[in-house]
Amino acid sequence: MEDILNALVVLANFVIIPSLAYGAQLALGALGVTLIYAVLRFANFAHGDLMAFGTMTVILLTWFFQAQGIGLGPLPTALLALPFGIIAAVLLAMGTDRVVYRFYRKKRSAPVTFVIASVGVMFIYNALTRIFIGTSDIRFEDGERFIIRAGEFREWTGLAEGLALRSSQVHTLVIAVVVVIALFWFLQKTRTGKAMRAYSDNEDLALLSGINPGRVVLITWVIAAALATIAGTLYGLDKSFRPFNYFMLLLPIFASAVVGGIGQPFGAIAGGFIVAFSEVSVTYAYRRFLSHIMPEEWMPDGLVQLLSTDYKFAVSFIILVLVLLVRPNGIFKGRVI
Amino acid sequence: MRTVQTSDYRMPLLYAAMALALIMVGFFQSWTVALAIFNLCMISAIMALGVNIQWGYAGLFNVGIMGFAALGGVAAVLVSMPPVPEAWAVGWQGLALAALMLLLTIAAAIMLRRSYKGRGRNLLTAVIIIAGYFAIRYFADPATDAIEAVNPTSEGYLGGLGMPIILSWMVGGLFAAGAAYLIGRVALGLRSDYLAIATLGISEIILSILKNENWLTRGVKNVTGIPRPLPNELALQRSEWFADLAVRFDVPVTVMSSIAVRGGFAIIFIIVLVLIMILCERALNSPWGRMMRAIRDNRDSAAAMGKDITGRHLQVFVLGSAVVGIAGAMLVTLDGQFTPTTYIPLRYTFLIWVMVIVGGSGNNFGAVLGGFVIWFVWVQAEPAGLWLMQMITTTFEFGPAMRAHLVDSAAHLRMLLMGAILLTVMRFSPRGLIPEKTAAKPLR
Repeated sequence: MEDILNALVVLANFVIIPSLAYGAQLALGALGVTLIYAVLRFANFAHGDLMAFGTMTVILLTWFFQAQGIGLGPLPTALLALPFGIIAAVLLAMGTDRVVYRFYRKKRSAPVTFVIASVGVMFIYNALTRIFIGTSDIRFEDGERFIIRAGEFREWTGLAEGLALRSSQVHTLVIAVVVVIALFWFLQKTRTGKAMRAYSDNEDLALLSGINPGRVVLITWVIAAALATIAGTLYGLDKSFRPFNYFMLLLPIFASAVVGGIGQPFGAIAGGFIVAFSEVSVTYAYRRFLSHIMPEEWMPDGLVQLLSTDYKFAVSFIILVLVLLVRPNGIFKGRVI
Repeated sequence: MRTVQTSDYRMPLLYAAMALALIMVGFFQSWTVALAIFNLCMISAIMALGVNIQWGYAGLFNVGIMGFAALGGVAAVLVSMPPVPEAWAVGWQGLALAALMLLLTIAAAIMLRRSYKGRGRNLLTAVIIIAGYFAIRYFADPATDAIEAVNPTSEGYLGGLGMPIILSWMVGGLFAAGAAYLIGRVALGLRSDYLAIATLGISEIILSILKNENWLTRGVKNVTGIPRPLPNELALQRSEWFADLAVRFDVPVTVMSSIAVRGGFAIIFIIVLVLIMILCERALNSPWGRMMRAIRDNRDSAAAMGKDITGRHLQVFVLGSAVVGIAGAMLVTLDGQFTPTTYIPLRYTFLIWVMVIVGGSGNNFGAVLGGFVIWFVWVQAEPAGLWLMQMITTTFEFGPAMRAHLVDSAAHLRMLLMGAILLTVMRFSPRGLIPEKTAAKPLR
């Protein structure tokens, strides 16, 4: 019995809790991508760098608050800076839409034109982030780091394995749940949210019913930029901030959006968790887990790892390819592509 | 369709201006620098040609250029490096068995899917693939460990075939074409966004394989000293006739030798570019090229005329990727080393896209010019950005920390510049520097 408990604790500590937190971060990013896809109808390549820009603003303000001695006690100062980071990212996204995308929308350009324009935007966001904060790895988590420490857990339960619950993981989950509930309430219940969904379903019909397209697009950018900043900040608190890593997050985020069915908010959330769980569970070395439930003499020699962690991007890609082959519209029947 | 009258002089003038810019570098910086820029311009131009085949002819949006270029690069290693006999001796049995397992797995999966159409088909396929994966790992893991243990500081990999490196340019094209065929079979026929996301993924996977499979490519330990198609500088400097030549031209023998080697590369690259260009132009102006443009401009009506759209797209995707692979092999040949960590998407994928869009999508001469112009600006923007930041920091009063930060960030200014160039060209001159030639009479 104790062996099984130990094995479960190992699994929770190294697979379940990390992938829950990572999945929530991916889901928030994928929600932004999927909303932009639903309303503006293109895959936004600049989304990773928008996340990086928002997070950068949060970090700069965190440093400013820390220098002023303002903090939230046990909570990380970054949460205090988050609303300001969201404002900065929203302003940037709105400005970009005004200067870049609006022109192509008026011309009704092909979606691929928007995608290429988003590559240009990506270059610019990329440069802005790097000019302000550089390219190095930054950790900006402060306050109380752990909610449960591995050592304390061992003392309480008397088990051989410890379970550590980091506060950043709990913050991620709590904030993600609140944000997602708020978003769905907005999309389902408010007039603007309904207008957005109508516009996404059928642009021409929505225009005929008097929906203002400029407003719908604007709100979409506000929501996408806010989600990107929140996702980026939570990811940075949980792991660390490095502009290049945020660019690389684009692939798992796209995979999450496509797996769930692009254009479908529910799909983006499900996709985020599917990608995160597969990524973590395929690259985790199961040796320690198996050592508790398997007799000594049966133990294999190696780490019992399906794929080395260097291949974690391959996991999102393989899921993507499988979905494209088996169910091209994604799990939740996204837009027919 | 709309036709735009562009002057007949436009293309020669733009090319002359580009040549002048390179000659100016020769006079004001140095001729070795000018030749180095020229050689990389040539490689960029060939990559841009490959992308133009996909995008300009067929409207396919490929963002995995980096992966195809890297596959070309690995071909240079696998073809030209001398083989490592000890590594072969310790590893060949395991690798052969692993390859056999791979073939068996694929055969079993295909046989199952051909013969059994009932329920649980996908699940059974998955079981076969997972079992096959473990079988491959069972034989491959000890073999690769043994190979990596052979003389790890200088070898630790299988080495290559020890054949002439020029051959690897064709092999690089074949590697890239093979990868493009596999990815095209899956993602073509779906909408353009999916191809974009799928190619972005495949290029990351190719790169992570090249970085981590040490037994094949030495991974991040890099492969250096890749043989060259030309004599190296030191050998030239030692030979007597060359020293005489340097004295006659009145330049130091070291400068003379690097000019000679880089000039030699330039000549080979020009030959390759001209060959590819002739093939591209002939293809574009053939019935096949007209069909491709018809599919690009209106795929529904082309399908109604009985054209196999997905098949043609696959063809053009494979051809374009092959050209990128050739350029990737040429790049590694020029550098003389294969360093997987230098492949980053901004430089090898998105910069090439800027070249194609700026040059003029659909026009091969435009793509080549775009490759030249954008590479030139990319290279020259770095010192220019540094100079600008130094000007700013000396003109205004900044603290030392701020000044250091600004000077450090100068390197990122050129990204800003590239984004601005791409967006400006797309907005104000969407057909690029040299627009695509369209029918003389507007079609109504």
